[in-house]
Amino acid sequence: MINLSSRGKVENLEGQLVGKLRPSKGIKYGFELVNSLYDPTNEDRVVALVSQERLNSQLPNIFNLSNYKILAEGDVVYINDQGVLDILYRRQSKHNTLFITDQCNSYCLMCSQPPKNKDDFDFHYFRNKCLIPLMDEETEVIGITGGEPFLLGDRMIEILEDLKSQLPQTTIHLLTNGKVFAWNDWAEKMEQFKENLILAVPLYSDNFVDHDYIVQSNGAFRQTMLGLHNLAKYQIHIELRVVLQRPTIKRIEELSLFITKNLPFVESVAFMGLEFTGLAIANKDKLWIEPSEYASALKKSVFLLDRFGIRVNIFNMPLCVLEPELRDFATKSISDWKRSYLDKCEHCSAKSDCGGVFGTSRQLTNEISPL
Amino acid sequence: MEVVKRQKFKPKEHYNSPGYKLLPFKYLHIDSTNELIVGASGDYVIAPIGSVEAIVKRRPISNEKLMRDLHAKHIIIDEYESGGLDVIANRIRTKKDHLLQLSSLHIFVLTLRCNHTCHYCQVSRVTQDKQSFDLKKTDLDHAIELMLKSPSKFITMEFQGGEPLLAFDLLKYAVETTLSLNTDKRINFVICTNGTIYNEEIIKFCLKYDILISTSLDGPEFLHDSNRKLRKGSSYHDVIAGIQYFRNALGKDRISALMTASSLSLKYPQEIINAYLENGFHNIFLRPISPYGFALKSPKKNYYETQQFLEFYEKAFEYILQINLKGTFFREDFASVILKKILTPFQSNYVDLQSPAGAINSVLVYNYDGYVYASDESRMLAEQNDYSFRLGHVSDGYKKLLTSDEALSVFKNSLNEALNGCSDCAVSDFCGADPVFHHAIQGDAYGHRPTSGFCEKNMSIIKYLIRKLEESTSVRNIFYEWISAK
Repeated sequence: MINLSSRGKVENLEGQLVGKLRPSKGIKYGFELVNSLYDPTNEDRVVALVSQERLNSQLPNIFNLSNYKILAEGDVVYINDQGVLDILYRRQSKHNTLFITDQCNSYCLMCSQPPKNKDDFDFHYFRNKCLIPLMDEETEVIGITGGEPFLLGDRMIEILEDLKSQLPQTTIHLLTNGKVFAWNDWAEKMEQFKENLILAVPLYSDNFVDHDYIVQSNGAFRQTMLGLHNLAKYQIHIELRVVLQRPTIKRIEELSLFITKNLPFVESVAFMGLEFTGLAIANKDKLWIEPSEYASALKKSVFLLDRFGIRVNIFNMPLCVLEPELRDFATKSISDWKRSYLDKCEHCSAKSDCGGVFGTSRQLTNEISPL
Repeated sequence: MEVVKRQKFKPKEHYNSPGYKLLPFKYLHIDSTNELIVGASGDYVIAPIGSVEAIVKRRPISNEKLMRDLHAKHIIIDEYESGGLDVIANRIRTKKDHLLQLSSLHIFVLTLRCNHTCHYCQVSRVTQDKQSFDLKKTDLDHAIELMLKSPSKFITMEFQGGEPLLAFDLLKYAVETTLSLNTDKRINFVICTNGTIYNEEIIKFCLKYDILISTSLDGPEFLHDSNRKLRKGSSYHDVIAGIQYFRNALGKDRISALMTASSLSLKYPQEIINAYLENGFHNIFLRPISPYGFALKSPKKNYYETQQFLEFYEKAFEYILQINLKGTFFREDFASVILKKILTPFQSNYVDLQSPAGAINSVLVYNYDGYVYASDESRMLAEQNDYSFRLGHVSDGYKKLLTSDEALSVFKNSLNEALNGCSDCAVSDFCGADPVFHHAIQGDAYGHRPTSGFCEKNMSIIKYLIRKLEESTSVRNIFYEWISAK
């Protein structure tokens, strides 16, 4: 696990800054922060110094940071006058994301990132607006996540436009509950981005009762289904996400069949192990299920979709809890900064191929054992 | 869209709607204890007899699984939400999507001349008389022009006979003229040959234009030779040698075989399949004899024959399943057509099981006599002086042909959604309409379903396949492999 957010001490700073880290010739254990939010025209202006220890400088200086050691050239960070340093982008990572909002129009029982009511749109919007031009053009994939990103409204389209013009080679992987696309004009707006855009949309069940219960929102199933069909009209790439949890596991095969019949246009289906944090903790009794309990149903579902020609991925499941035939479908999906392994994994022959477990999960399956 | 406020979690019941509305569905008894309920989407539920009555009377559905199944298969819908109708509309649109590709199969009957005298054949002539039994070049030119006017972007140009390779010069001319005139279509070429005529020139030509070979194999030697007669020697020997020759030269997947089941064939289901396996085929189309002419004279006998064919079909099918269960891929193609309709949201492009019927909508036939026919069977009827489905002469022009009285009589009777006995049939989605068959057998293109061999055969096989699908996961998996294989 890597902590992307930390709090140190700060001097000479009022307000907030976003900038890219550059090694400094003068300072041994520190970086210059260049490209300020407040001065986008002067690209090379050094606006702050980020260092291990306090520097004697006229410039804003942030130091005594717990995550200083993971900072590297080319990374983009946010700092403010409270001493906060958030790493917004790590050049060496394949798991960079734009965070849009903590707000959501669903309230999923197992949400790992519980939605908040606070209006945080402006805060994140400006961080993202500053961040996009600072990212490397070679960045392969950028995730976009929330909350529900499309609650940002038209400014979400603006962010996609920025990405398209400034990072034309980058694939955008956007997590959304898809409800907004029940309004066709929103689906149509996606068409201009379709070449580099994948929308990852969760679908928890083949019927409205179970899906609406999971997302705690009446009408959610119909809205998402209609949204998916609207997106299909514009040939938008869609990844469906199915979380493996107790309330919906009974109909997981029916759901797979439902997908082949009603959503044959999706590009891939991801079956996802639970990240056991956030709201999931409060709902443990309802949600928790051991992988062995659904092994057979998962296998049938994966093979059904695979035979039908839909690409299948299994996310967030260590290889050892999967049946051998399913291991080829497993993906190292847990973001590098959240990924961890248990002590006993040190002896596992498959560790280098394995995506590990969520370092964020408060509870892990007992079924992990080295291969 | 509204942002959700922090809230207490609500129980599942909160999201259920106890009442429900009915969506269009049809049903039948699939066995002695169960009903097959099929929704407008083509998805089905199998439930105990009495379930339909219960939902029609809007009784609460206490069985949670059944309730969810009925929703997921679009048979009922919750009281307050109508968004689900858009999804069903898209399902129906997807099923009929092939109609935008009007007439994609174009059959050219280059000649009736043949070196075989098969007893079930209605058309061929053993003759040297090219004048009266070959398609005239001027007529061929018109036919190609018509084909290229089809709105379809993907076209199959299929050469039939007689034996089209007896008119190889004409065939060459047809392919090359087509390619020189084509501007915007992707065209596949298929030669339907009895497989006994081949030489280096033919092979070179097939290679050059990537032509597929479709031949006939009725089973083991004794059976094949009894059905398919050469003037001298064994057709089986020649066709097996031909298959090998074509395979070596063109590649294994460039040649396929079709079987026709004569009365004699019905006694040898396993032997026929073994003959296909031994000769390196991985699929078979279990196809009854076309009941034209001979069968017309005795409908009772034909009715009996449908039963006999079904017994043969099931025996053969069980044997095929055993082969697959033992690990060898071997597909039955007629079942695959139906299974594709059942298991996927798409249509099959097989022309004899569509609604609207494949005749004209999917296929046009340009006969050696210079006339355009609605289907392959339509031109067979013409050999018995029945010109009911002769749309007109190739020189008549596209519009005139497709709006002729003959064409309209096909269209009028080609939607099983609107035919008595089909419109309320639970499995009509997996079936089709065949006005040409009903005209030939019952003297009425509209047809009478209770006495129709078409209906009897298809309903029986569809119900059988659904029972098989439900019977075991391993059989279900085999079916998925069949429909996903090329």
